[in-house]
Amino acid sequence: MLLRSLTIDKSEFEAGTGWALKPEGACKGDVCIPLSSRAGTRIDVASVAKDMALPLVGEPEFNLWALGPASVGSHALTTAEATDFTLPDVNGKEFRLSSLRGKKVLLYAWAPY
Amino acid sequence: MWQALRNELRNELHSKGFELVTVGLDALGSDGCAAFIEAAKPEHPSLIDRHHVMAEHFGITNIPQSVWIDEQGRIVRPAETAPAPQRDDAQPRFSPPPEMPPRVVEMMGEAMKIRHDSAAYHAALRDWVEKGAASTFVLSETEVIERSRPRDSNVSLGHAHFQLATQLEVEGHHAAAVRHFREAHRLVPDSWTFRRQAWSLEKEGDGPLARFWQGPKAEDPASWPYAGDWLSDVKREGAENYNAPFVP
Repeated sequence: MLLRSLTIDKSEFEAGTGWALKPEGACKGDVCIPLSSRAGTRIDVASVAKDMALPLVGEPEFNLWALGPASVGSHALTTAEATDFTLPDVNGKEFRLSSLRGKKVLLYAWAPY
Repeated sequence: MWQALRNELRNELHSKGFELVTVGLDALGSDGCAAFIEAAKPEHPSLIDRHHVMAEHFGITNIPQSVWIDEQGRIVRPAETAPAPQRDDAQPRFSPPPEMPPRVVEMMGEAMKIRHDSAAYHAALRDWVEKGAASTFVLSETEVIERSRPRDSNVSLGHAHFQLATQLEVEGHHAAAVRHFREAHRLVPDSWTFRRQAWSLEKEGDGPLARFWQGPKAEDPASWPYAGDWLSDVKREGAENYNAPFVP
């Protein structure tokens, strides 16, 4: 996920990474990664990234950082539960995957190049 | 034309509790995707993914690839090649007009060798839509995870560099973007989307082929900033290996 600051709201971290911050750690599906300190409403990204082994790279000159995805389990997926992402349509209207709960969904990636 | 066939398939299956969600992976956002989306006139959600979160969250490495998600939001097949529907009476797919530059003619020749298990894929998709969890193409959670892309700490680091590069490009810091795209390519050498995205930003002219050139410019090949390019990489890896075969 992309970051403008290394201290962000818990909800932003959860939406961006797909990992929920709970008392038992960072969790996705049945997998929980323990954290060295319990997450409050504001998150010290560098500390959580270290606990979860998420790589953090940045261009501080442009006030921009990126956090790599988790590699726990050595696969892109750690659970069959689909990350509930939000992306815009061509008019900028945000669409959330879970709005299609109750339907079978074919998520189809394409590119104009 | 493939967009029209995809829409036909979606409209056929929509009444059976099915929805298609297309996601255009492009750092240029609407500027890159809108013309294609508007031409397709989709009735389904048609989204734009500037930072390739599809790669981050689902392990997408090439296009077209798809993920099957059931009524409860569970992945029942992870990212795999999802060929465009084909017509039964398919004509030879491409014969280049004589004015095409030689590089593009050669690229089209390689593209025609790319494997498309379209019939098998779409038969499987229809089976799932009909039978749901009872379909033999539905995988267990363990299989879904094991079939998803391998990811170690280097691959994860490569994703971080890639996302950083897309945002640097959006903000006009092209030289910095190139540096991070190069790192992403080094760390995730098997992602075609990471390569094609970066190559497509080195436009050749501003005509319809500008973003499909994907390699050194004819007049100034030395300025090409990447280790590979579409034609060289496809020839090295073999066009027949570009898409993994459909595995039931």
